[in-house]
Formats: sequence, structure tokens, C-alpha cells
Amino acid sequence: MIETALTDLWYGFGVAFEPHNLMFCFLGVLVGNMVGVLPGLGPVATISILLPLTFGMKPVAAILMLAGVFYGSQYGGAICSILLNLPTHPPHAVTCLDGYPLTKQGKGGVALGITVIGSFIGASWGITEMIFLAPVLVNVAMKFGPAEVCSLMLLGLIAGSTLARGSPLKGVAMTVFGLLIGLVGADVETGTPRLTFGILDLYDGVEIVALALGLFGIAEFLKGINREIRFDDKYANVKFRDLRPSKAELKRAFPAMLRGTFIGSLCSLIPGTGPIIASFVSYATEKKISRTPEKFGTGMIEGVAAPEASTHSSVQGDFIPTMSLGIPGDAVMALILGALMIQGIVPGPQLISEHPDIFWGLIASFWIGNIILVALNVPLIGLWVKLLAVPYKYLYPSALFFICIGVYGANNDMFQVALTLGIGIFGYILLLLGFHPAPVLLGFVLGPRFEENFRRAMLISRGDIFVFVKHPISAVFVGLAALLILLQIVLWLRRMPGLRIRNRKSGIRNPALSDS
Amino acid sequence: MRHFLRLKRDYYAGALMVLLGLIAANDGTHYPIGTLRQMGPGYFPIALGVLLIVIGILIAGTAAGAAASEEDVVAIRPEWRGWACIIAGPTLFIAIGRYAGMLPATFACVFVSALGDRQNTLKSATILAAGVSIFGVLLFHYLLKLPMPMLSWGTWS
Repeated sequence: MIETALTDLWYGFGVAFEPHNLMFCFLGVLVGNMVGVLPGLGPVATISILLPLTFGMKPVAAILMLAGVFYGSQYGGAICSILLNLPTHPPHAVTCLDGYPLTKQGKGGVALGITVIGSFIGASWGITEMIFLAPVLVNVAMKFGPAEVCSLMLLGLIAGSTLARGSPLKGVAMTVFGLLIGLVGADVETGTPRLTFGILDLYDGVEIVALALGLFGIAEFLKGINREIRFDDKYANVKFRDLRPSKAELKRAFPAMLRGTFIGSLCSLIPGTGPIIASFVSYATEKKISRTPEKFGTGMIEGVAAPEASTHSSVQGDFIPTMSLGIPGDAVMALILGALMIQGIVPGPQLISEHPDIFWGLIASFWIGNIILVALNVPLIGLWVKLLAVPYKYLYPSALFFICIGVYGANNDMFQVALTLGIGIFGYILLLLGFHPAPVLLGFVLGPRFEENFRRAMLISRGDIFVFVKHPISAVFVGLAALLILLQIVLWLRRMPGLRIRNRKSGIRNPALSDS
Repeated sequence: MRHFLRLKRDYYAGALMVLLGLIAANDGTHYPIGTLRQMGPGYFPIALGVLLIVIGILIAGTAAGAAASEEDVVAIRPEWRGWACIIAGPTLFIAIGRYAGMLPATFACVFVSALGDRQNTLKSATILAAGVSIFGVLLFHYLLKLPMPMLSWGTWS
């Protein structure tokens, strides 16, 4: 089995090294790296803006580039956290705690150097995991009928909505809302227009870019406008030679990186947890096992190494359920899946056998991309620091234009631009009411496939709703989903007396500007 | 920070979800519902709508039990100028884009939305808008060949 995996990987490198693909991979990680540094523009918005531009491209190049934006942005986010104490990219919020004190002590460069090393180790492990785990998952998933697919999606949706940020109940509400938006337009089986309210332009449904850019672009700008973010860049002077950590520092950081990598890879296997939770859990773990837990927060190198390694290992691992089962774990994965579907590729277990060039090319490009990122970050760190100073007042008007033209370009349809604006305003109301928009995208992408499989399962079982618990594999998924809901109820009951758990966490989290 | 809406945030959140659920369920009743075995197009909207109503009630209900804290109240600092400009930008892009083409639409969109930030002056907004317009036309009109004229008079689409 290892042998076939390595042969396939070799083939993947062949695909990824094609000049055309290599160029777009480079472009993707470069753009990702850049927006990762810029406060106020997250990977979801960036991928959505780029998505329409990929319509004319070959599927492999398109996916390579969009994926590159995602993991590239993770490298950039750490720079913001460590040098400026700006937790604008949620997975790196926890890195501020020890990264910024290190910067104040003049060791910002070392922290960044450790971050780059840790990121690479974490990412490499995540990729390795994908190489060996994804084909196994696919073998199992190939045997799934509509009932199993349905329960698996249900599990994915419930995990994605209850384990992500914020109140689980609101997460479920957003998932259902997303499922409903997915229904808009002509029904697949009968052609009946649904939830269109008589608007002809809605018959083709809502474009995924319109939804994503409304929720993660316009809504975020409405929230961020004239909210000045103050930061102090007097410590942000890092030179190339400052990056190299000393032997002693490396010795302290290395085990932390490995622990972080391990935690990250565990988190990535549970849909919905992803990099944010991974980084928080690994920071907490480091603090717990440390001999000097009281020193955390004053510039412990472990507190930088572990969360960064775990973020990256979970970012790469996030692709496993997305590419092998067709079940995305978060908003970015939902977009990548949407990009595949726009290219006419049906996501699911058959993807690896039907489009090996995409799957193995993507994996190989991860490695190439990560090496490019290490190579980019080390010499360009000074440039990235300058980029941090790009003021929000120039950023958001330009981004609004790119949103408009991007949504228009998706289908050459001005109506979708108007829809984006409407979704953006509504999305801002949702943000004000404490809803997180990520599950909306999950529901939207999975919705049509969920309904199709549900209908088919009902047809085959002659309307027996219990078919989902009669099939053993499906029953396991339903059981896990039920367990997740039960867990939330138990947690809620325990939280009732005081609001202890929530308050402790909110101390670290800065809801400043960004998305997940 | 002024508190405009005195009621707990989650009451509004729950009510909004109930409203969305009602809209969806009501829309679903316009089409054949079918049976569980042979589902019609109305089945899913109604089912999801009812589910959303239940969740909405739960959101509002669980808020009633919990102690009110500062973060549970909707806190908005109204930002009328910013909001108006951000909404006006894309609106102008749609309107001008439809009648006059990409170049004026881009300029108007960037210029007006830039004015939403109090730190932008007329001059800085003009420079930014001009820069983005040139870059945008080069990229989207010449390089990517979007089927939107650079300049036009009257409707083209």
C-alpha cells in the first residue's frame, strides 16, 4: 500500500511541477501570504475574489492556486500576531500571548524563525497524513449508499456547526440557513423554482461567491469601518539574520512543535474543529505540561512553536475529509469544494480515482508550496512588515471593487452583485446578533447534495425514515451526530450556574476584524 | 458605547431565525409536498423552515434563563457615514456599470466607498479611485477580457 501511495505521489509531483501548475501554485501562496499579513482581509474573502478568475483555468491549476492562498495565509497571519500583537487571523490569536512579549524583548525574529520551522514540520506531517489516510477513507467510502452519504453529511454538518466558534445553537441555525439558501432556485428533480419569491434572476440559484463575499467581505467591512485598530510597530524591525534561533531555543521549541503537530492532526480529523481550536488546545497543553506554567504569557518560545505547528498540521489535514469524502470542515474548505463543483467535478470518494491529477497534484503542490513559503518568508519578512502598514482606508474600497467585479465575472450577471450587497447587509445583522457566518457556507455547499441523497435514500427504502439507523455504517454516523448534540446539551447544563467557561476564553479572543 | 437595543441580543437572534423559518416554510407550501417516499419540491423547505423555527425558539428560550451580561446586549455604535458609503459603492457599481461601462463604475465605486472612512479626504479618495480604476481596467478588461465594455452610453446588457 505504501508503495502505491509513493508511486501516486511521484505522479503528483509530475503534475505539480508542470510549469503552468507551478506558476499558479506560486501565485496562490504569494497572494495568500500577502493577505495573511494584511489585517482586515481573510482567506475566505480572498479565495472568493479569486474564484471567478479560475473559471477559465484548468481544474488542477485552479485548485492548486486556491488551496495555496489558504495555507499561504497561515504563514502571514503569524507575522501579524508576533510583531504587532494583532490577532486579526483567528488561528494565530493565541500566538500573540507569547509571541508579542518575545518581540518586546527583541526576540521577534527568533519567534518568527521558530514559527517558520514549526509551520513546516506541522504542514509536512499533515500532508503525510493525507497521503496515507485519504486512500483508506476512500476505500471505505466507496461502499456507501445514499443513506450512508446522508448520515455522513449530517454528521459533518452537525460537527461543523456545533464545534466551531460561538454558540452551538446559533451554529446549527446558521447551517440550516445555509441549507435553505442552497435550495434557492430550480429544484433538481422537478424544475420547480423554490424560494425565489417570483424573482426570475434567482431561478439559477445563489452564486457561491455572492454568498461568501457578502458574508465575509461586505459584512466584515460594515463591521470594521472607522474602527481604528491601533498597533505599535516600533518593535517590528526584523532583519534576516535575526530569524535564526539559537541551539538552546531550538531544543526547547522542537518537542513543542511535535506535540503541536500531533494535536493539530487530531483536530483536523474532526470536522468543524480545524486550525482555531487546534491552536488553542495545543497552547493550553503546553502550559499544562510545562514546569514553569506561570511564565507563559511572558515570552515562552514553546507558546509560539506549539500553536503554530498545530495550526499548520490541521490546515493541511483539513483537506482530508474535503478531498476524500467531499465533506468540508469549514468555510474555506466549502469554497474549495465549490470551486471543484464549478469546474464540473463531483466531490466525493470517486474523486481520487477519477481525477488523480487533481488529488495527487494537490498533495505534491502542498509540499512545493510550503517550501516556497519558507523560502519567501525568510528573505521577504521585511517587505511583509512594511505591508502591515497598508491602512484600512485604502484596503477596503479597493476590496469592494474586487468583490463587485469578481461576483460580476462569475456569471456576467449584475443581479448577483446586488444579491451580494443584500447578503452583506443581512450578514452584518447576523454578526451583530452573535452569529458566525462560517456554517452558512457549509450548509450551502452540502445542501443540494444532502437533499438529493436524502430523497434517493427515501425512495430506495420506500419512505422508511429508520433506514438511517438500520444500516450499520450509517447508524454509527447518526450515533456520533447524536452524541455531539448530547455533548452540547451536557455542556450547556453545566454552564448554566455561572458563565465560567465562556468568560475565560473571551479574554484571549479578539473579534477585531477577521474571519475564520 | 451606547446600548441601543435594550432587550437581550438573543431575543432578537431567535426572533430573526423564527422569521426566516416562517418565510421558508410558507414558501414550501406553494409546491407539492409529496410523501416521505416520493418527496416533492416542497418537502425540504418546509422541513428546514420548521427546524429553523424550533431552533429560533430555543435560542430565545435559552437566553431567558441565562444571566444577562454586558456582551449579551446588542451594542452598536452607529456608523452612518461608513455604512452609507459602503452600501453606496457597490450600488453605484451596479447602476453605472450597467449604463456607462467598467471605467466610470469602478471609479465611482472606489471613490464613494473610500469616503466612508473619516481619514480619507477627497484628494486621497480620488487618487485611490483613479489608481484602482486603471489597474482594474487593465486586469479585467484587457487581460481577462470580461464582457463588460470599458465605456459605453446607455444600456449594453
